[in-house]
Amino acid sequence: MKVGIVGIGHGKFGNRSDATVQELTFEPFKQAIEDAKNLGREDIDALVVGSVPEYHMQRSLPGVVAEYVGMNPKSVWLTEAACASGSAAIRTAYMSIKSGMHDIVAVIGVQKMRELSTEDILALMGRVGDVQWESIFGTTFPGYYALYANRHMHEFGTTKEQMALVAVKNHYYGSMNPYAFFQKEVSKERVMGSDEVASPVRVFDCCANADGAACVIMTNEKLAKKFNDTPIWLEGMGSASAQMSLLRRPNLVEIPSAVEAGKQAFEQAKVKPSDIQVADVHDCFTIAEIMAYENLGFCERGKGGKYIEEKQSYIGGKTPVNVDGGLKAKGHPVGATGVSMTTEIVKQLRGEAGKRQVTGAEIGLTHNVGGIGQYTFVQILRR
Amino acid sequence: MPFKYFGKTNFTPYTKVDKFADYLQKGKLMGTKCKKCGEIYFPPRADCLKCMDDTFEWIEFSGKGTLNSYTTIHAAPKGFDDIAPYTIGIVDLKEGGRLLAWIGDIPKDEIKNDMPVKVVPRIFEEIPEIKLYYTIEKP
Repeated sequence: MKVGIVGIGHGKFGNRSDATVQELTFEPFKQAIEDAKNLGREDIDALVVGSVPEYHMQRSLPGVVAEYVGMNPKSVWLTEAACASGSAAIRTAYMSIKSGMHDIVAVIGVQKMRELSTEDILALMGRVGDVQWESIFGTTFPGYYALYANRHMHEFGTTKEQMALVAVKNHYYGSMNPYAFFQKEVSKERVMGSDEVASPVRVFDCCANADGAACVIMTNEKLAKKFNDTPIWLEGMGSASAQMSLLRRPNLVEIPSAVEAGKQAFEQAKVKPSDIQVADVHDCFTIAEIMAYENLGFCERGKGGKYIEEKQSYIGGKTPVNVDGGLKAKGHPVGATGVSMTTEIVKQLRGEAGKRQVTGAEIGLTHNVGGIGQYTFVQILRR
Repeated sequence: MPFKYFGKTNFTPYTKVDKFADYLQKGKLMGTKCKKCGEIYFPPRADCLKCMDDTFEWIEFSGKGTLNSYTTIHAAPKGFDDIAPYTIGIVDLKEGGRLLAWIGDIPKDEIKNDMPVKVVPRIFEEIPEIKLYYTIEKP
């Protein structure tokens, strides 16, 4: 039996010093219930929260979220897989519906990152590498992606300019997304003229830490039509892991968990990379989007730089990617990001993406990477 | 020499491979070798990934290798801001495995991917407490 999405909601991403974590979750949760038809909060059997606990002052987040959105005494739990916590939460919801344990499940991805200083966040995120052998040298999150970028440039001739073009594209589409943190275009010169964070990665190659929440409501094939005339089906659910440490990976030019998760999702959905009409990929850094094109098979390995240069990831190109602005322009509230990606693809497949609509899109994909590639979740969605 | 002295900031004072710090203080870079299947590890591992045996012996690494990748970190995390900017690199070690460390005395314009390098054990002299680490140098 298929599992489908019947309701979506998306809060404003950005600096949300106006709200607590649980207040942030209320916004998309309410929207998602209203987005579905004939659905009451009492119909929902369980709530899965996708989030990374370390960022919040509040401990045991699902407890406070369930209370605030009014889900007590229903079943509620947390799913964590670093920056892929949102997609991990959708996966556990999918499993619970597929098994028949629950009929209707809400998933809320949420993060409030701005409770910590940038310096603290850098220290926290640097420890997503191996703390025993790597973090002792002051590694940072951008630093890890810089190590990927440096090697990718060396092996394939990828350029800083090509990386900058990813930022230009994502800000261009982000300028049309009312939920994005940055709704402004940027020029290639501006990106390339920004300060280096960890060479060759510059400030404008990085996504921004943000606050935000997103929500999807999922159900089985039997009930879906009751709650939505156009349910969007989760047809491929790939999930894979890779070594925590870059020191134990086969190479530094691809994310092996992404390759494996992609393979699984394509196989389950019985489609090819070239069938994907719109995709949201994990562009935490511009090099990450370039590697995503390659790891998902949108282009050959090493050709990701060319792919953006030729505008193949723009609407009108081979595979439009991150036409909601991506993490780059939307901001990256880590637990919310995966759920945000899914809501965007649902909008696209319903034909409700407005100015950013990919005409006639029927098959879409999300690619949500946790940490520096330790976890990747790939979903293929179909109208 | 307890393992807590390894690194400018140490996050893992306890480990089954804590003798690593002892050897490092004596100027030796050591990896581990599985006693059963012979698999060699750097970073050291107490438990074999391949055959799951839990006995190992120490073997000395030459420190020789090639520079796989590098980056200069400008935005440093807490505990490292006083030494920023600093350049870190990943070395593919001759005996197998990889290592991440600061690049030492190599002039910036001479740092190249795949260049031959040597890993040198060191002690922080400017920090009162003994702190062990290693740097990547020209061979």
